[in-house]
Amino acid sequence: MNEADIKQRVAEFLAGHDPAGDRLEFLRARFDAGLAWVWFPEGLGGLGASRELQQVVERELADTPQINGGKQGIGLGMAAPTILAFGTEEQKRRFLRPLWTGEEIWCQLFSEPGAGSDLATLATRAVRDGDEWVVDGQKVWTSGAHHARWAILVTRTDPEVPKHRGLTYFVCDMNAPGVEVRPLRQITGEAEFNEVFLTGVRLSDDLRLGEVGDGWRVAQTTLMNERVAIGGAPTRRGGGVMAAVLDAWRERPELRTHDLHQRLLSLWVEAEATRLSGARLREQLAAGQPGPEGSGMKLSFAKLNQALTGFDVEFNRDLGYDDWTFRRSEDVDFFGRGPGYRYLRAKGNSIEGGTSEILRNIVAERVLGLPSEPRVDKDVPWKDLPR
Amino acid sequence: MTLLYTEIEEELRASVRALLADRCPPAAVIERVESEPADLDLWKTLAGEIGVAGLLIPEELGGAGAGPGEAGVVLEELGRAVAPVPFLTSAVLATRALLPTRDALLGELAEGRRTAALAVSFAASPYRPQRGSAVRAEGGRLSGTVTGVAGADAADVLLVPVDGELYAVEAAAAVVTAGPSLDLTRPVATVTFDRAEARHAGACDLAAVLRLGAALLASEQLGVAEWCLETTLGYVKERHQFARPVGSFQAIKHRLADLWLDVVRARAAARNAVADPSAVSVAVAQAWNAGVAVRVAEEALQLHGGIGMTWEHPVHLYLKRAKSSEIALGTPGDHRAALASLVGVPGPEGGEQ
Repeated sequence: MNEADIKQRVAEFLAGHDPAGDRLEFLRARFDAGLAWVWFPEGLGGLGASRELQQVVERELADTPQINGGKQGIGLGMAAPTILAFGTEEQKRRFLRPLWTGEEIWCQLFSEPGAGSDLATLATRAVRDGDEWVVDGQKVWTSGAHHARWAILVTRTDPEVPKHRGLTYFVCDMNAPGVEVRPLRQITGEAEFNEVFLTGVRLSDDLRLGEVGDGWRVAQTTLMNERVAIGGAPTRRGGGVMAAVLDAWRERPELRTHDLHQRLLSLWVEAEATRLSGARLREQLAAGQPGPEGSGMKLSFAKLNQALTGFDVEFNRDLGYDDWTFRRSEDVDFFGRGPGYRYLRAKGNSIEGGTSEILRNIVAERVLGLPSEPRVDKDVPWKDLPR
Repeated sequence: MTLLYTEIEEELRASVRALLADRCPPAAVIERVESEPADLDLWKTLAGEIGVAGLLIPEELGGAGAGPGEAGVVLEELGRAVAPVPFLTSAVLATRALLPTRDALLGELAEGRRTAALAVSFAASPYRPQRGSAVRAEGGRLSGTVTGVAGADAADVLLVPVDGELYAVEAAAAVVTAGPSLDLTRPVATVTFDRAEARHAGACDLAAVLRLGAALLASEQLGVAEWCLETTLGYVKERHQFARPVGSFQAIKHRLADLWLDVVRARAAARNAVADPSAVSVAVAQAWNAGVAVRVAEEALQLHGGIGMTWEHPVHLYLKRAKSSEIALGTPGDHRAALASLVGVPGPEGGEQ
């Protein structure tokens, strides 16, 4: 399937569906026409086409009702590829359509108070009871749990084996009795994250994703997609956060200094080199030569974002802050808020989705082939690990 | 436009790499740098068997009719080997200066029968092309001095830009004085003309010549950085301290991961500069790659420990090349300053100082 075929599909779809009509009906029809994510299989919102062709669809449908990429970010970026890779046919048919249309929002129940970078030590238990599992535990840093209908959830189902082997992956019903969501107020003042307490939550076995005990492998798929989603977005030259900084720089000549000028030019060069390597990576993927460069994109992105947002606050010489009101945000509003918010929120970029330290380990070991550090917990049953 | 390597470029790379592995291992480079750095036998083979000298010269003038992409790949390999051959100085800088004149000398340069050098300071930049040069032309004869000329030691003919015109002077008619240079494998010399007989070749847009040189130098800097990174990775996997390979320590791993990221970005910047050698692409590639080459070479030295400080380990050749080429054809700061007006990031004129 090539660009012309895709354009024809879009034209046929638009001939039968009015973008000015009901938004949800339009999005459902778009999914059913295989124009949601064209690289997915037919019947599941796609056409089994090349991923690169998605941008053709986005261009052709730019003036029609859109999905909310921010609020649906976890569903689209993490849950969907995991369900596609490990779900049963029934699960794929049940979950993918309302996920894509935004009828059902997703969150990710991974991190725990005692298991962040060392996610495999997590302690939330799932115990089998007939056709059901009973889940008890506490999760943390759960973005958007307060408006989520479903969650992807990793639990411990076998404490007798070493930590990576006793995990099982589920889809968690956020409306089930025993699921309690508490806001976690952040340094920005708002509560985009939550703590989620799971007390005697009963999940039927058909909500399990992948085999019992295979949860770590399933989670790896989620995490890999998360890092690509965070670091892989294409930007134009001088775009992204740089654009916000440049706007301020051009509008306020009276605030410019020689020192800031030198630093801004250095950041501009780094942003451009980073943008070019992202463009090169996408060319490699399109040419069917996936390189290891993807592992580094999130690292570069986090470092740049933090440097740029810090620069912006300093440049503006504004000791104020736009809004400390406690509120439940819908998604990360990087461009709707002021420099102070951007600076504080960007601090999370090197923590969420894998800390920069963990990502450097991944690059060093998997890309550069350096030996791993000694692992004292490798063959120890999870229940015997010091906690 | 693509940032990837073409099949033709990869084939060219393989030929150059194989020849350099055979004829120009680091030990051989170390051995010769103090006596006669330029390896003209190797250069004749590169020119004659692989045809690298004529890459940028059109076929009708006796060259291969290739482009900056192919020249970039050759420079990546020459950088990886710190090969002491006059490719950048003769086949890129001098050749590019001569191309608009379609001078017959181009055919001889393409075949490698003769070698040229552009009599311009290697520390000049596209923004200050005259830096280091004071030569005047009078009645077909040249007088004056140019400092810091790279490749002059290996040149048969010197191409001298004077007031927008290009002159060709036989090397024997000039005085080429090579003192010790920071970069042992690409020494610079002072060139003095005293009423030297010169042939007028045509007009010369020196800034444009230096800009293409700077675009391609980014590929050489990438090659230097790649060798340093790969050699260091090999070393930290082998070298044991505290009963473990030093490469298993997070303090080492994280530094190498960061260097790898810098090199990945240098590759993209270098390929962008050869695909589109515009003023912005070239300034970005030089502002980024020059620093990366120095950083990786400095880290390579540190991570080799005491061995990195010895004359017999080749890492010093790469550090010297990296630091010299950081200055060559514009420092990173020169290129960043140029970007200020190229991309609309104006300085603080009238603002607070």
